[in-house]
Amino acid sequence: MAQADLSFNSPVAPHGHPDKWKWYHYFTFNVDHKVIGIQYLVTSFLFYLVGGFMAVMLRTELATPDSDFLSPELYNAFLTNHGTIMIFLWIVPAAIGGFGNYLIPLMIGARDMAFPKLNAIAFWLNPPAGALLLGSFYFGGAQAGWTSYPPLSEITANAAQTLWILAIVLVGTSSILGSVNFLVTIWKMRVPSMKWDQIPLFCWAMVATSILALFSTPVLAAGLILLLFDINFGTSFFKPDAGGNVVVYQHLFWFYSHPAVYLMILPIFGIMSEVIPVHARKPIFGYKAIAYSSLTICLVGLFVWVHHMFTSGTPPWMRIFFTISTLIVAVPTGIKIFSWVATLWGGKIRYTTAMLFAVGLLSMFVFGGLSGVTLGTAPFDIHVHDTYYVVGHFHYVLFGGSVFGIYSAVYHWFPKITGRMLNEPLGKIHFVLTFIGTILTFTPMHALGMQGMPRRVAMYDAQFTDLNQLVTVGAYILAVSVIPFYINVLWSWSKGQKAGDNPWNALTLEWTTASPPIIENWDVLPVVTHGPYEYGHEPEEELETVS
Amino acid sequence: MQQIPAPLWTLVIGIVVTLISLWYGQNNNLLPVQASEQAPLVDDFFNVMVTIGTALFIVVQGTIIYSLIRFRRRKGDDTDGLPIEGNLPLEAFWTAIPAIIVVGLGLYSVVVFQDMGGFAPGGHHHGGMMMAQAPQHEMVDVGSPMLAQAGEGGSRQVYGFGASPMVEGNRPDLTVNVTGMQYAWIFRYPDTAIVDGELHVPVGQDVQLLIEAQDVIHSFWVPQFRLKQDALPGQPAELRFVATKEGTYPVVCAELCGAYHGGMRTQVIVHSLEDYAAWEASRVAELPGAAETVAVNPATMTDAEYLTQIAQDIPIEATQIAQLARLSNP
Repeated sequence: MAQADLSFNSPVAPHGHPDKWKWYHYFTFNVDHKVIGIQYLVTSFLFYLVGGFMAVMLRTELATPDSDFLSPELYNAFLTNHGTIMIFLWIVPAAIGGFGNYLIPLMIGARDMAFPKLNAIAFWLNPPAGALLLGSFYFGGAQAGWTSYPPLSEITANAAQTLWILAIVLVGTSSILGSVNFLVTIWKMRVPSMKWDQIPLFCWAMVATSILALFSTPVLAAGLILLLFDINFGTSFFKPDAGGNVVVYQHLFWFYSHPAVYLMILPIFGIMSEVIPVHARKPIFGYKAIAYSSLTICLVGLFVWVHHMFTSGTPPWMRIFFTISTLIVAVPTGIKIFSWVATLWGGKIRYTTAMLFAVGLLSMFVFGGLSGVTLGTAPFDIHVHDTYYVVGHFHYVLFGGSVFGIYSAVYHWFPKITGRMLNEPLGKIHFVLTFIGTILTFTPMHALGMQGMPRRVAMYDAQFTDLNQLVTVGAYILAVSVIPFYINVLWSWSKGQKAGDNPWNALTLEWTTASPPIIENWDVLPVVTHGPYEYGHEPEEELETVS
Repeated sequence: MQQIPAPLWTLVIGIVVTLISLWYGQNNNLLPVQASEQAPLVDDFFNVMVTIGTALFIVVQGTIIYSLIRFRRRKGDDTDGLPIEGNLPLEAFWTAIPAIIVVGLGLYSVVVFQDMGGFAPGGHHHGGMMMAQAPQHEMVDVGSPMLAQAGEGGSRQVYGFGASPMVEGNRPDLTVNVTGMQYAWIFRYPDTAIVDGELHVPVGQDVQLLIEAQDVIHSFWVPQFRLKQDALPGQPAELRFVATKEGTYPVVCAELCGAYHGGMRTQVIVHSLEDYAAWEASRVAELPGAAETVAVNPATMTDAEYLTQIAQDIPIEATQIAQLARLSNP
């Protein structure tokens, strides 16, 4: 494939760039969406290790009821930054920044994102944010939880809390810039032959994600800036003894941070809709239902935030309104789950690691979704709010959901990104360890919460010791599970088996170009002749021409 | 679509799944002892959700496992699966079923919420306006200055759980002012001037807690009561309950309130009426005199001083107090 020089003369995008990016180009302000995607992915996978290290520290402390391993201040700093890093520097940048940037132009037949420079700026806001968070440990680390409710956040470790706020505002800005870019790209940059119902479902999911981020992120930024002023400039927006109101912050915070949950899961739903049809060799079941349910989740998801505040001095009508709106989210989510299960039904399922993680996610998400319904109802939430039940629930959907989805995506698209296959036996070891570790770690948490263990504690009642030790064992298994994965990625990137253009015989457009794709993706833009998931419709020659 | 199991199998599986779900819904033993009138309401509601959830869980996971086995790729078979792109009746079915379940759960949760007293915190929703006003003023009179403001002018609404429909319009039998502070709960009995680090209540009586926080947000939680209410600085809240079972239960702080949040635990002791009267009498006898009680003003003390004073009443260790002292005097 020696088309790289042709792209120089491409009538569409006559950019001046080399034939192929050298290693050091990945450390620069590069505007290629694939470079930016890889930058996001590599950065986020590094922060995953940092956040994971903190989780191991927390679980080691919790192996015993007393506070005897970390100082309680450091424990709170780790729990705050574990949550913050896993959300803002791992799942969001990996799923949205990484796969969103890498895949969307390739999936819709575009040569790049609509605003390449904006895209690069959005990425380069992330490393300073990470540096601020890590640097905050010099001042003791922010210790008020990732929710940073005042007044606690205003009286604890002020310098570190300020750095924490600045870091979140940076990644929030990054998220807004990225969202504008995704929306305009999907709206305007599709290859002309692609109709609306031929857009891959990952792109639909990213449309919903981007709308949600655009509406909600500015509100978080506003809340955090008020907090910053309270801490540093003597204002009293959230200081009750000076006329402020502590609950207003919670509204501002959760108006973003509940949608943030969907920011972390909608792209993953998109990944599911891509991976499952390819490896089940069947069309996605209910394309339109899945696309519209993403948009429904996006819409309803903007009106559920108070379910995080059922105990925080909330009027009765609000508790009922938000109970019902929260329950409604179960319907579109259920549609997706049932559609994926129906996609498996009647397929020729291939047990690739990508598929194992996708099916594992499906299985985890059923449990996490059901526990989510129970939490959404005010009468039961009053009991389990701020307990380990909540911790178990959101780790089921964020680890069993989002992280499984990111793993699945890596196994699925690594051949496209690097041109080499990941090692399957190592991948399967990785999957089995992750699956067992997830169940062991997060299932007992539900029982702990219902029995009476609150979350965010460094010391707990001795009656909870046994279950906590089980959780800690599970967490160690999860810690070990990443070892085969990182070895696999590092080794396969240079020495893995060559992948070819389309190792999975998939039908979406990213598989019609080279692996890794050339700099402007195609010499001649592809023509869309069929839907993204039309498996089983035509005999093998259709697939042969693609590969 | 000939893979769909025969109706008979569907029926048998349906009955088995229903039976398992009903059994597990009633026998999950996930929740602790029920010790308040609200607890059985919450538990029945939870058990209904567990029943429905178990059925859905088994059906969906069962279908996944069945598909993984039945529809696995066989060696040498490189063909694709069936080109099924959707099935409108089926999709309508699995949209309608969750929608019906969700509406049902929504209505049920409104009923439970009402029976728990969720619609009547602060006495604002009692019967008629005239009836509500009078007891409300008496009620807040006994509170601290912050709580007293609550009833005036309606500018400070009281939230939480108030009178359940059973006792609506009645004055509570006992009112206790609860203050959360780093890292202890203080219980003040305005009728008797008792101040304690543990909550003592009589069984079967209508108890009203008026909850606020002194420094940061705390959350008052008694797992055995299934009740929780954040203690918010500057915003009073109410928790009204009838304890139904004598015994000692933990009072847990559920909102991150600082480094020793996990140590912010005490207990609630539900006495028989006689024992409660005896406890109250003994504590009143112990009171050194009204003047001295007033002098104990936590606001003017450091946390460490305050905790030292009430250390025998609350389960906090001497080392923690020492650490606190170190923190407050750097």
